[in-house]
Amino acid sequence: MYNTRKNEINRIDITMPAISENEGKARALVAAFCAELDPTAAELTDIKSAVSEAVTNCIVHAYRVKKGKIYISIRLFADKTVVISVRDDGCGIADVKRAREPLFTTDAENERSGMGFTVMENFMDGLHVGSRVGKGTVVTMIKRIAS
Amino acid sequence: MLHTYYQIEARKKDGLLIVRLYGEIDHHNAMSLRRELDDMIMRDRPRRLLVDLSIVDFMDSSGLGLLMGRLRLMREIGGTMVLLRPNARIMKILRLAGMERFMEIDGIARKGEG
Repeated sequence: MYNTRKNEINRIDITMPAISENEGKARALVAAFCAELDPTAAELTDIKSAVSEAVTNCIVHAYRVKKGKIYISIRLFADKTVVISVRDDGCGIADVKRAREPLFTTDAENERSGMGFTVMENFMDGLHVGSRVGKGTVVTMIKRIAS
Repeated sequence: MLHTYYQIEARKKDGLLIVRLYGEIDHHNAMSLRRELDDMIMRDRPRRLLVDLSIVDFMDSSGLGLLMGRLRLMREIGGTMVLLRPNARIMKILRLAGMERFMEIDGIARKGEG
């Protein structure tokens, strides 16, 4: 999804270990790269929030049993949209529809709020989740910079 | 040396415990924040916990879980909890979760502020 968009003006691909120390770094990297589109502070916070949720899902859920890497790509387009994908090679999601329900979590004992996908859906302008059990998950999000 | 992205200031007065959080509240920071806040609550057993969010730059849904968990603990000890002065961006995620239904939120920034 979103792969056929034209007029890409810039792109970065990041690979990082799925460790919690990298959550803040992922946000900072994405924010720095998206600055080229001159977003408002609010738009930037929306993007950082959504990326933070996707990266945290990789760390908390995808690689709960084994270690792995997170693959983030950020693509900027001439019409001031940004497409971000966050991919893992982790356990995959058996029921994506259920996982996207607000407040649903498989990790309540660690005070997970179950709001990760809800944040992504509400703070970005589009969200697509593809997953295969045992293979991994790709979350792709789009944000149109209005400013 | 690990870099911490948050700090806690706490002071007690007349059964109130006022905690001021700084920086970013995410999954990484929430883990140790949870322990520190729980230690404070169980040691001081306040009547009312005020969590000052005015200088919190960023919070994701891990922060929501952290706040809800502290609310649960405060209720277990018969106390209450209030969130203070979240900026507009923090308020956005608090509203998304409907947090104002569960706890008092005071000093909300007007739209465009913070």
